[in-house]
Amino acid sequence: MSDAHLSEVVHEPQSFIRRYIFSQDHKVIGLQYFLTAVFVSLVAGGLAMLIRMQLAWPTATWPLLQKVFPDGFSGGIMKPEFYLSIVTMHGTLMVFFVISYALLGGFGNYLIPLQIGARDMAYPFLNMLSYWVALLATVVMLGSFYVEGGAAAAGWTSYPPLSAVPEAVPGSAMGQTLWLLGMALFIVSFTMGGLNYFVTILNLRARGMSWMRLPLTIWSLFLATVIGLLAFPPLTAAAIMLLMDRHGGTSFYLPAGLFFGKKLLAHQGGTPLLWQHLFWFLGHPEVYVLILPPLGMTFDVLAAFTRKPVFGYRMTVYSFWTIGALSMIVWGHHMYVSGMSPYIGEFFSVGTLLITIPSAIIGFNLLASLWGGSLRFTTPMLFALGVLALFGLGGFGGLFLGTPTSDIFLHDTYFVVGHFHYMIGGVTLFGMFAGLYFWYPKFFGRMMNETLGKIHFWLTFVPFYFVFLWMHFLGLGGMPRRYYAFNEYQFLSALAGQNLYISIAAFILGAAQLLFLFNFLWGIWKGRKASENPWEATSLEWTAPSPPPHGNWPGRTPTVHRWAYEYGVEAGDRDYLPQSAAGRSASA
Amino acid sequence: MAKEEMHLTTGVGRPLAVVMWLIPLAAVAIGMRGWLPPLASEHGAGIDLMLRYLLICAGALLVLGHLALGYMLWRFGGQPRVSFRMATPKQERTWSFIPIILMTLIAEGGVFLIGLPVWGKYYGPSPADAVTVDIVAEQFAWNIRYAGKDGVFGRTSPNLMSLDNPTGLDASDPASHDDIPSIGLMYLPVNRPARIRLRAKDVLHSFYLPFQRVKQDVVPGMAIQVWFVPTQTGDFEIACAELCGFGHYQMRGLLRVVSEEEFEKQLQELPTFQ
Repeated sequence: MSDAHLSEVVHEPQSFIRRYIFSQDHKVIGLQYFLTAVFVSLVAGGLAMLIRMQLAWPTATWPLLQKVFPDGFSGGIMKPEFYLSIVTMHGTLMVFFVISYALLGGFGNYLIPLQIGARDMAYPFLNMLSYWVALLATVVMLGSFYVEGGAAAAGWTSYPPLSAVPEAVPGSAMGQTLWLLGMALFIVSFTMGGLNYFVTILNLRARGMSWMRLPLTIWSLFLATVIGLLAFPPLTAAAIMLLMDRHGGTSFYLPAGLFFGKKLLAHQGGTPLLWQHLFWFLGHPEVYVLILPPLGMTFDVLAAFTRKPVFGYRMTVYSFWTIGALSMIVWGHHMYVSGMSPYIGEFFSVGTLLITIPSAIIGFNLLASLWGGSLRFTTPMLFALGVLALFGLGGFGGLFLGTPTSDIFLHDTYFVVGHFHYMIGGVTLFGMFAGLYFWYPKFFGRMMNETLGKIHFWLTFVPFYFVFLWMHFLGLGGMPRRYYAFNEYQFLSALAGQNLYISIAAFILGAAQLLFLFNFLWGIWKGRKASENPWEATSLEWTAPSPPPHGNWPGRTPTVHRWAYEYGVEAGDRDYLPQSAAGRSASA
Repeated sequence: MAKEEMHLTTGVGRPLAVVMWLIPLAAVAIGMRGWLPPLASEHGAGIDLMLRYLLICAGALLVLGHLALGYMLWRFGGQPRVSFRMATPKQERTWSFIPIILMTLIAEGGVFLIGLPVWGKYYGPSPADAVTVDIVAEQFAWNIRYAGKDGVFGRTSPNLMSLDNPTGLDASDPASHDDIPSIGLMYLPVNRPARIRLRAKDVLHSFYLPFQRVKQDVVPGMAIQVWFVPTQTGDFEIACAELCGFGHYQMRGLLRVVSEEEFEKQLQELPTFQ
């Protein structure tokens, strides 16, 4: 934070390649992450549609799809192993290559320097490298569809021995190897990006930007980064060990006596539970890495459209910290019925249910932030309210699964699918939309269409409840997840037909996202020109031009005089004061 | 620009409020339908109690939360000026006690008071009079075995596994001769504890009895025991609940719960290993 940094002359790269392709500008890298996430989401969303198609009409033939996927639809019928591949890849791509990229890579990159008043990230070159490794990871992961045996089919959790033994399932041939390489590369990329975000927030805050003046978006990104840096690298080790089990003859995860077809395998001495522990040591903190940023962004969007400070800023920050700490010691709640010691299970459940306390404080603060506000229902506000509603329902669902006694029945049923789609599917999705509609004018200097935005909201919100709330009930009915069809079981015969209605709602949900895509792309060229601060918001990014130039502020970087929520005050003809405004404020 | 646009959009608030009120009501109405498969085991009553307790608590919070949300959208939507700006730090801390106390009571209270006794019993030692069944799961079948007259299970070895002898039962062990192997069909006597010994020979599976509220992963390299008391006679399905390959969705077995006499009769009649 030296004076030199404040006023340093920023040299903008002139060549197209240095400016837009191998750019070290955090804003360009952020948009590159967004574009990658949008592209992957089209693939992963398409896979979701195929899943719903199969579940709606399990015995139908699809001659047209046979032309597109000659192996997956041989004879026009979707093959069960192809179904497992698309289930696996839908989960993997959405969690790691869409949501992580958009929230951390996209919003993290774009917003961190702008909201803390820095010209760029601490390590611009590392930042660029992080994106290019992320892209390589994406290419490897998507490429796995085209290898012998198809993409990985052992679920997004890739439990061995299914994922370790090529004979176990067709996807466990080359597809699984590429899956592991893709994951390892993803973690390498995340570690580079995360380290960068961490150091940047720590060191490059503008003058006067003390910790308790940070917008909650930054707090949430900061903690998400810390959690990710601590929790992700062990999976790299786990992936390497699994690769060695697959190709090097080791037995980290494979016990003696495995028998496939007519062959006894030579492995001995390992245990499949080791992978589960290592995977969930990453996997559970990962869901908090994904869910904290949308919550932080929602607070900031709510403040702008209630025209008042958020409720309980400090308690929210403390809750983020508590969640961050607890998230590291609860991974075992994914393994209550795995054969792990029931005593350890009880420990994990007590920890897991402790997380409901800071989570409930956050939910309460979101709700209380509305009290007495001057509510303005713009599109970002609608999506932020969606986050609030989804976080409530999703959180309550978590009680059922965090409690081991009820989890015995609900484990691996559609209740789990419904629950995590509310949390890491829904809160994140609605949070991303709230953020994208909100910061779009900053990204591109133009507005998205409000009417289309509202239609998009309603066509997302209502079908979302229909699809994923219903899945909770199917889970209560005992319907297991990852089933190719439900026509083999009598006890599921009454429930199986309901999949048709869920699928129809899911198709509407999927199609509605094309509306967003159109709005997003159309707005870049045709949207109405946006002013510097169209939402009359307070944080520093709104004092920069839209879109901000290289180096973010043409002159000196701003100096901060107040926290990020100075709304509802008398300030001339305005009801807010930007963080960079000097002088005292009077409450309205 | 923003001001006009933001005020123009307040109209959405009231429909959204109504939707927020309808959501929990619809959820509760649909949830009231009996979704759980009919109960057929002793410890299952505890699991169902836990589920009902959570459904009631979470349902009540869901209704209250959404009512409050809808009320605020209705009341404060489009209000031109902020009517309440911010609470004092002390008020914010005080209000935080509501979620803290609620979640401590509902979540941790539920785990300790209702959940723990059921969990402890389910994973506790099985009663001495239990019927023991040995199950070896494989892609995509359940190999079921009773110890036979001598009450001792014969030795198994992976080296002896073949299509005819899927569990690798060792004929050189005298204890194996009267073992009763069967594939996919399991008999149990009603109202008597059943001890199930679970092993897997290839990948992970999960032994899932929806009606008996039993679910236990079957892990290669481990022998895991569960026990339960079936309380209803009849035919019940056994499903696999852990992804185990392309036939996962059809790894179906059958549990036939019969009277004690019928059970003994069946054991007499079923063919033994040798």
